Amino acid sequence: MPASPFAAIGRSSRLTVRALRDTEAWAPQLLAQMRRLGVASIPIALFIAVFTGIVLALLASYIFTGTVPMYFVGALVGKTVMMELGPVLTGMALAGRVGANIAAELGTMKVTEQVDALETLAWDPRSYLVVPRVLAATLMFPVVTAFAMGIGVIAGWITSVNLLDLSTPEFTKGLRSFYQFKDIWFGLVKAASFGAAVALIGARRGLATGGGAAGVGRETTRAVAEGCMAILVLDAFWALVLL
Amino acid sequence: MIRLDDLHKAFGPREVLRGVALEVPEGSSTVLLGRSGSGKSVLLKHIVGLMRPDQGAVWVDNREVAALDHDELNLLRREIGYVFQFAALFDSLTCAGNLRLALQRQRLDPDEAERRIAEALAMVGLAEAGERHPAELSGGMRKRIGIARAVVLRPRYILWDEPTTGLDPVTTATMDQMMLRVREELGVTSVIVTHDLGSAFKVGDRVALLHEGRVRATGTPAEIRASDDPVVRQFIEGRPE
Ligand SMILES: Nc1ncnc2c1ncn2[C@@H]1O[C@H](COP(=O)(O)OP(=O)(O)OP(=O)(O)O)[C@@H](O)[C@H]1O
Ligand SMILES: [Mg+2]
Repeated sequence: MPASPFAAIGRSSRLTVRALRDTEAWAPQLLAQMRRLGVASIPIALFIAVFTGIVLALLASYIFTGTVPMYFVGALVGKTVMMELGPVLTGMALAGRVGANIAAELGTMKVTEQVDALETLAWDPRSYLVVPRVLAATLMFPVVTAFAMGIGVIAGWITSVNLLDLSTPEFTKGLRSFYQFKDIWFGLVKAASFGAAVALIGARRGLATGGGAAGVGRETTRAVAEGCMAILVLDAFWALVLL
Repeated sequence: MIRLDDLHKAFGPREVLRGVALEVPEGSSTVLLGRSGSGKSVLLKHIVGLMRPDQGAVWVDNREVAALDHDELNLLRREIGYVFQFAALFDSLTCAGNLRLALQRQRLDPDEAERRIAEALAMVGLAEAGERHPAELSGGMRKRIGIARAVVLRPRYILWDEPTTGLDPVTTATMDQMMLRVREELGVTSVIVTHDLGSAFKVGDRVALLHEGRVRATGTPAEIRASDDPVVRQFIEGRPE
């Protein structure tokens, strides 16, 4: 019986609304999940941001030397970090951490019948397991990304001042002359959508797990791969829609 | 009352249940026997709606389980305690936390809930294990916490999937006693899956043998023991094939 896509969408939005309405199931866990999925991911995101900032500054100076005024280095670093590399690289790193974490945890719960046990105790696994993780990731990806943006720009600035013949006023002139408020919110909206996608994919994969430890491994790997692909697709989507 | 009516379930080409018919009268403790892999756990999962039958139906109190909507099914599930074969404890919570999560949906007064949790833990002999995590317990202890998590609900029905497998003889006898007690004191109707014939004949007032996807024989423990069906005889005498 092939259901029409509209029926499928209707059904899944009904299930989502029902899962969200059961606040008793997810609200008490939200903060703990935000800490676990978000705060713990900050170091890796900052690590990536530092090196991205350095490379971007060097790259910009290599491209611009002799053709374009050097203060454009600040513009390129700022725009690229905020609009593209900050969100996407942070998202990719978190797709590994968060997507794998969720898929492995829920997968293990599935194969040890903990998910069945939840259901028999009248808890909907969607409300109790999926909603707090998806909300936490949607809220925390932008927070982590914001840190990464800040650190990326700072790393680019330090590199420009120390390794390139650029002064601080020149760097900030470039940064400011092309900056639009949209750059930041564009990056953060993308990050939120990446968080939702990565967590949803991880949860789906986890709850679809069958076949013991090997199954958990398989679904975890898939969750990470699909999470990264979803990020790239969403990235293109937002560029088409919002730019 | 629980009634299984012509229940069929296959996994791919593997037909596990092929027309099971079984009645569990109100207040009875019906023991379900059967070889490993004969589909006993699969049968129990149909009663709480964790699996849907391919054909046939499960009726609990004249409600058809597979036809209930989400809210109705949750209401029914509050009346059924399920003891999982491998305990299925939530390993992110403490033992007491497991029981608390089970009780939370019943909206009891918190003091009353804590009192019942302590009582249930004491009943399985693990009063002091409340603050420990399942991973720190032995297999048998985990199993007993699983039993406590079902009993604490004070449900009308309890489905026991091998409650005494892997327990020492003394604990086994204690669990048998508990199964008798919940029937007498709380009036619980039970379906008990077990491989332990001693406990089967002690706690069961009815016995059913699942064989090749159907119920091969049912009766009182005395009737089953006196049966001259070769399949039944082979099972209770434990003869090799
Ligand atoms: N989710 C599932 N997917 C596929 N096959 C399954 C599933 N659950 C059970 N089976 C199959 O159904 C059959 C019966 O399994 P079940 O767990 O009910 O056996 P059992 O009678 O409880 O055995 P035991 O006494 O060893 O616990 C087995 O062959 C098993 O492989
Ligand atoms: Mg079993």
